[in-house]
Amino acid sequence: MINSAKIKLFSTIGPRASFGMTCLELIKEDPNLIVITADVSTSAGLDRFKKNHKDNYIDVGIAEQNMIGIAAGLASEGHNVFTTTFSPFQTLRCCEQIKVNLGYMKNKVVMVGLASGIVLGTLGYTHCSIEDISIMRSIPNITVINPADCLEVYKAAFALLKYDKPAYLRLTGTTNSPQVYEKDYDFKIGKSITIKKGEMGTIFCTGSMVHPSLMVANKLYIDQKIDLQVVNVHTIKPLDVIEISSHIKNSKKIFTIEEHSIIGGLGSAISEVNSSLANPVNQTFIGLPDDYGKSGEYEDLKVEYGLNEESIYRKIYETFKIE
Amino acid sequence: MLEGEKKIDEIKDLSKKIRLNILKMALEAGASSAHIGGAFSLADIVATLYSSFINFSENPEDPNRDRFILSKGHACLVYYSILKEIGYLSDQELLSFEKTGSILLGHPVKNLKKGIEFSTGSLGMGLSIANGIALSFKKKKVSNRIYVVMGDGELNEGSVWEAMMSCAHFELDNINIIIDKNGYQQTGTNNEILRMFDLEKKLNSFNLHTESINGHSINEIYETLKKFKEIKKPCVLIANTIKGKGFSGFENDNAWHHKVLTKKIYEDALIEINKK
Repeated sequence: MINSAKIKLFSTIGPRASFGMTCLELIKEDPNLIVITADVSTSAGLDRFKKNHKDNYIDVGIAEQNMIGIAAGLASEGHNVFTTTFSPFQTLRCCEQIKVNLGYMKNKVVMVGLASGIVLGTLGYTHCSIEDISIMRSIPNITVINPADCLEVYKAAFALLKYDKPAYLRLTGTTNSPQVYEKDYDFKIGKSITIKKGEMGTIFCTGSMVHPSLMVANKLYIDQKIDLQVVNVHTIKPLDVIEISSHIKNSKKIFTIEEHSIIGGLGSAISEVNSSLANPVNQTFIGLPDDYGKSGEYEDLKVEYGLNEESIYRKIYETFKIE
Repeated sequence: MLEGEKKIDEIKDLSKKIRLNILKMALEAGASSAHIGGAFSLADIVATLYSSFINFSENPEDPNRDRFILSKGHACLVYYSILKEIGYLSDQELLSFEKTGSILLGHPVKNLKKGIEFSTGSLGMGLSIANGIALSFKKKKVSNRIYVVMGDGELNEGSVWEAMMSCAHFELDNINIIIDKNGYQQTGTNNEILRMFDLEKKLNSFNLHTESINGHSINEIYETLKKFKEIKKPCVLIANTIKGKGFSGFENDNAWHHKVLTKKIYEDALIEINKK
């Protein structure tokens, strides 16, 4: 059950612990659920699940390639399977296992990529994940979801439990993360959500960048009368092409904002739609540079790479000033 | 014990049929080339497995079936051949091998209706899948077994050793691993490419039970796999085989790892195999 107290709790504990709590509810829906981890149970918020549901929990050790194979074997025998580890090891480390075991053979496994983006910036780029959307979305049959906040992590996990295809669930943000959604709402895999209407352009955003995008759009309207629409593209694949095309057709310009490399992520996915239209519009890509750059605190890195509210505001406002 | 000479003769007859099927498909593949050597080395093992161990029924998707995973997917010709012999594939399908639009490609593509359990071909992935299935069987408390066939060249892949460790850790005694140890891989002998040193010692140190046998002796294959059913550990059959076994022109000639079969060689092989 979702209520405001739970939403606040999720927001306080962050996406990883929210996912762990969600597992405690998922198993009530499906007693055959299997949650697998590669020696990161605590980081995945799974300590309680591990204690209370021993038969539904598997730790495969630090062996991600084997993890994907095991998950595929369990899925082929009819289990709902969620795998959990830090995003780089969940995706790139076992990329070909994902291609063959999940994409090619269509075994339904939900891969949960913890702490994606640059939230682990102090640990260096081995632990950051700025390439995962790009790589996962290029593998046929893999669905890619990047929830906007902790409630959306919960909603997406439940939707994926009932879904019939393999998927990558990308967790971004950290503890005390801002809430995009204050109350329960309708979440459908593959259906983008307009969270603010506006007539002068559209911001397409995903994951941790949805909240700052909304804040910036509100401020631009109050300060400058620049009225932008904000669309939460939680599902990057399959992309909500019809709805997104319609938004682009009604926009003079568009912006894409993501905590991911500007190569291959949401921006690229949106530009694939935009450039196919009869009248494409100008697109501003806001994301991380194609570089293993500075390491450091999450908030500092967002400032460094223009992903904080102030930088996003400035970058969007400048495109209107030029006019 | 095998039920007398008759049973051994039946299995030998089956492995002969398998080799003849392989030849037919390789000839059909023509210039597309075919992995012959590593399929021939497995013929006796696969014949014994399907005639005496793997539980299957008329329905390829029977949930009560045992699972077979050809982790060395390039040996698909031996797989397709046995699936034809047990009635899952037709002659026509067999002869479509590697043709445009065929369901039988140069590496197996999952097709449960035809008895092809998994898509393999990229090496080092089969045992991990087997681990997952074995864990599921244990959770469901069913006694079905999983047979995984790997190549010795395949053991170069690091993921194999993750899977071996895992198999031992979870005590998956419902898995039987069969290693087709023919001593060769694509471009040379194992010793030239990447030395294994003592395979049995390595596997034993992982806490796996191993038996090293002649992979062309039906009797040894049969007796060892039978013994494995009583051992409460994951078991590995190290099958010492000859790459290309069955036709003197192929045996221990690594060019036949993947090569075009000409009509002349096909006919020579046919004569020699039919004589046996």
